[in-house]
Amino acid sequence: MTDAVTNSASHRPSALVRWAQVLRDVVRRPSGAIGVFLVVLHVIVAFISPWIAPYDFKTMDSEIILAAPDAAHWMGTDALGRDVFTRVLLGGREALWVCFLAIPLTMIWGGLVGVYLSLRGGWVDEVAMRLVDAFLALPGILPLMVFVFVFGAGNEVLIPTLAFFFGIPVIRVARGATHDVVARDYVLAARARGHSRASIMRRELLPNTLDVMMVEGAMRLSWMLLTFSSLSFLGFGVTPPTPDWGQMISEARVYMSLAPWGVLGPMIALSTLIIGVNLTADALAKTLGIDRTRKAVV
Amino acid sequence: MINLLLRRLGLGVVTVWLVSVIIFAGMEVLPGDACTVVLERDAQGEVLENCRKNLGLDKPAVQRYIDWASGAAVGDFGVAADGTTKISTEVALRVKNSILLAMGALSVGVPLAIILGIIAGLARDRFPDIFVSTAAIFAMTIPEFVSATILVLIFSIWLGWLPAVVLTPADAPMLDFWPEFIPAVIVLIMVMVAHIMRMVRSSVIEVMASEYVQMATLKGVPYWQIVFRHALPNALLPAINVVALTVAWLLGGVVVVEVVFNYPGIGRMMIDAISDRDLPIIQALVMLIAATYVLVNLVADLASMLLNPRLRTLKMRAK
Repeated sequence: MTDAVTNSASHRPSALVRWAQVLRDVVRRPSGAIGVFLVVLHVIVAFISPWIAPYDFKTMDSEIILAAPDAAHWMGTDALGRDVFTRVLLGGREALWVCFLAIPLTMIWGGLVGVYLSLRGGWVDEVAMRLVDAFLALPGILPLMVFVFVFGAGNEVLIPTLAFFFGIPVIRVARGATHDVVARDYVLAARARGHSRASIMRRELLPNTLDVMMVEGAMRLSWMLLTFSSLSFLGFGVTPPTPDWGQMISEARVYMSLAPWGVLGPMIALSTLIIGVNLTADALAKTLGIDRTRKAVV
Repeated sequence: MINLLLRRLGLGVVTVWLVSVIIFAGMEVLPGDACTVVLERDAQGEVLENCRKNLGLDKPAVQRYIDWASGAAVGDFGVAADGTTKISTEVALRVKNSILLAMGALSVGVPLAIILGIIAGLARDRFPDIFVSTAAIFAMTIPEFVSATILVLIFSIWLGWLPAVVLTPADAPMLDFWPEFIPAVIVLIMVMVAHIMRMVRSSVIEVMASEYVQMATLKGVPYWQIVFRHALPNALLPAINVVALTVAWLLGGVVVVEVVFNYPGIGRMMIDAISDRDLPIIQALVMLIAATYVLVNLVADLASMLLNPRLRTLKMRAK
């Protein structure tokens, strides 16, 4: 039985080959190419920035407070005399680290629960979906701020909290995507063969909802980066002196009329990252043939 | 039809009830209560116990939940953690201001979004569409605080046309916020127009590709008559739900925008309440926002049901 299944499955291209093709198609679209380029650039900078940053990110110099850009300080200095360029280079590391860890967690827990609920149905599904509705009615960023305020802004707080609250809308998406699959003949056949729910989920449902979940994950990643930087802008994120774009913009805004360069660097860095993720998500959706505008949620 | 309405209404009530349970349980589980906040370092021994007795915090949680929820149901959220301010009056002021902001954004944003969406949808993949769609991606991806900062930098600091922050106090009459609230409204419009426009665009494209539009074309109906008589009424229906989500978003405290422009709405009240650890205010705000969210979505669903005969008989669409 197991052998027969692996044999018939081996005629399909392996997952790796398929996703390599998808990636190639994404990059062939102009928007996808720009998006992937921006994301890869940001990831590389985040990795190597500790070695290429020209100055130490926390060294203050009272001599050069709010200095204009020059040859020594390409983006000028901030209100404490720290080099802005150095801090812009380093400022995306926390955001990328937290969101790149939290997004897989989000998709896994939200996805598994959603697929399970769709397959299970009945009162469990009904009760769980009412809970999901209730959580969706909560005002977006507020629960996150409360958690950060109470437990601190460490990554061990941010990652699970973001993953939990971002996973709730994913439940609904995964459940909806599974509804389209559950009624198919091959699921009925698997049920008739007496497969367990776990086996149907693993072998029939999860592979067939993967596309939707990948697009959803890419889209959620851009929102999570947005939320992370908003939190940090509002003072509920990264603890100083660790540089972070949201926090840098919030600090530099005060001196904006004197030193506009303080906000420009982090703004450009943050916007290019989020736009890059979004363009990639859009191109991925188009490549896989999934209309993501339909799921527009503010 | 009546059954469907009642069921939908019942679900809304259940959702609001569940939110109240989640909020109350959440605040119970989190460390600290109103007394430890007010008393700070003195929060120990007899003083703490007396305070708890005064505020009724010594009662069992279920009893307190019933007291709180029955008050909240009639709009009485008790007093803030400082023990004197009445939450409902304070919140009412902020709600008024948030509604003003939302109305400003909606009155310009919704028509603009629908017009842009129709133009982009009809001109699919041609210049107007590419321009509008690209602008939309920028408008929805750039964080609000970034677009707000750019706006302030250009129009307030360099050109000096608009005020950079709102200085009007929370209890001022609505007209006093003119023209100070314009920058905040512009930032909100950018985000909401992008979302609604994308929705309208894809819906217009879908309808224009439908069989009845093809049929009308083949019968020789003039293009603009097809667009206005046959396509748009159907294309705009799905927009109702997106507009509802936008309304809920606007009334749910646009925290970042209110903080950036120092606007005294619900969002800033929320942040202040968290920083002050004012649990009663947080609870009240969350309940209010969740109830608004449920209500707005309910109205949107009812409106689409009334306008779309197909939804009356079909089972409720899974959202």
